[in-house]
Amino acid sequence: MALLRNWLLGIPRYLWGGWGAMASLLLLVALWEALAAAYGPLVLPTPMQTAQMLAQWMAQGGELWPALAVTARRAFIGLALAVLAGSLLGVAAGMSMTASMMARPWITVLLGTPPIAWLVLAMLWFGSGDGTPVFTVFIACLPVVFVGGMQGARTLERHWRDLARAYRLPWHMRVLDVYLPHVVSYLFPAWIVALGSSWKVVVMAELLSSDTGVGAELATSRAQLDMAATLAWIGAVVLVLLALEYLLLEPIKREIERWRDSAGTAEERA
Amino acid sequence: MTAQPSPELRVSGLAHAFGPRAVLEDIHLHLPAGRTLALVGPSGSGKSTLLHLCAGLLTLRDGRIANGFARTTMLFQQPHLLPWKSALDNIALGLKARGMARGARLQAAHAMGRAMGLDELALAQFPPQLSGGMQSRVALARALVLEPDLLLLDEPFSALDIGMRQQMHRLLLAEQQRRPLAVLMITHDVMEAVALADQVLVLAGTPARLRWRLDLAQPAARRDDAWVHRQTALLLAQPAVRAAFDLPPLPLGLASADMSSSVGLDAGMAVPGQARVAGDGCEVAL
Repeated sequence: MALLRNWLLGIPRYLWGGWGAMASLLLLVALWEALAAAYGPLVLPTPMQTAQMLAQWMAQGGELWPALAVTARRAFIGLALAVLAGSLLGVAAGMSMTASMMARPWITVLLGTPPIAWLVLAMLWFGSGDGTPVFTVFIACLPVVFVGGMQGARTLERHWRDLARAYRLPWHMRVLDVYLPHVVSYLFPAWIVALGSSWKVVVMAELLSSDTGVGAELATSRAQLDMAATLAWIGAVVLVLLALEYLLLEPIKREIERWRDSAGTAEERA
Repeated sequence: MTAQPSPELRVSGLAHAFGPRAVLEDIHLHLPAGRTLALVGPSGSGKSTLLHLCAGLLTLRDGRIANGFARTTMLFQQPHLLPWKSALDNIALGLKARGMARGARLQAAHAMGRAMGLDELALAQFPPQLSGGMQSRVALARALVLEPDLLLLDEPFSALDIGMRQQMHRLLLAEQQRRPLAVLMITHDVMEAVALADQVLVLAGTPARLRWRLDLAQPAARRDDAWVHRQTALLLAQPAVRAAFDLPPLPLGLASADMSSSVGLDAGMAVPGQARVAGDGCEVAL
């Protein structure tokens, strides 16, 4: 509750603090404009043309909203599976020294394998339906969440156990008041990273394996050499991600990391 | 354990080892209700281990600890406040564990927080937003709101500056005036021990044993700075205590001068017990 309140109260100041970021983004747009002027609309349409195309799609309905919905559904399912499995398995692994030692190299392998390799496998296994993008998102996000959960469980320092014992906390309070918030403070940033990568991975997977969704539309417009449409699709993807990241997740993340930072320094002092 | 344990803490013949490394040996102490006992010793002398054993946070290996107190709580070296709970909810933690209803426990926590000098704003804030001194007050309130009859202090004030530390001492002494509260404290600050305790035990060596005992008759509330300084100097003039803290021996003339000046003290004179000479210095048989 307090978290939610702080989040709401923080929005105005946060938006006001966003002017710097806005200015730097506009500088990027200006650079784009300059390049477009130099190379012509066949190579790079101007930001204005792109924005007009996007606005036209938004107004007309057309392909934009259904494609975004399909892509969002796939990304969300893959992400939800990865968050569920990764959190549970990661925390379970973090509880045991042996399990975390064993899991570490697996995670390195999973993180090191490029998503495109998983995509190739997934195309063979799942064909061109929802299965391929969902699986690719799942496998790309899983290790990130797993590591977060494992770290959260591993850093349950002895002092929290001592505190729980010295103040005779019953088991449900140990879990709900002490262990769970601590673990979530580690899991949450991992969920955010996973969300970002799920959105990117799903577009890539659709581009190569599917005939619906934003990725597929991107492939079509590329095939038709329609640069304005291609850039408009890219813009749509980036805008959705930016909105999610900066309006929803970043403020919450800051709130949670404040606890974590303070907990971290307390441990260093001990 | 007898059927009706008397409210006192008695440790007898305690020894402890971490793996092959012996850290404590032959520890005897007795803390009656309402009294304050301080264990001082250099860092790493096993004081903290002894306290954790008394709190039941470590498994007793050798010897006996009989804790007849009904409610024991502990203050840790760090405040260890839950960062995701407000100061008020942190203070109420132990009450919640006892199953007290939300309204009642928040009211009790609020009253105790105010008694510790925390204002409304501080009580509503989260621990990371509070200063170190405020966090210590919250931790003290969290312990005292449980109305303990034995409080274990694991150097909780060692990170505070001298003004804050004395404020915390006053809060603690005020609580002891209000109702019987026994305190077992460990510290490496001899002056803090002399300021608060009825009995000071010096712990040192590997494995650590009790090296010296100082009984202070003057009630803690009536001790002033000059008295504390004098007693501390006197304690630190003892060769056994100097050896415990690895201090160089005093030059002969100075040591004897100190000793002669101490003769005039009335209340709270050093009571070296029956000193017997051990291999590595003077030791008090307790």
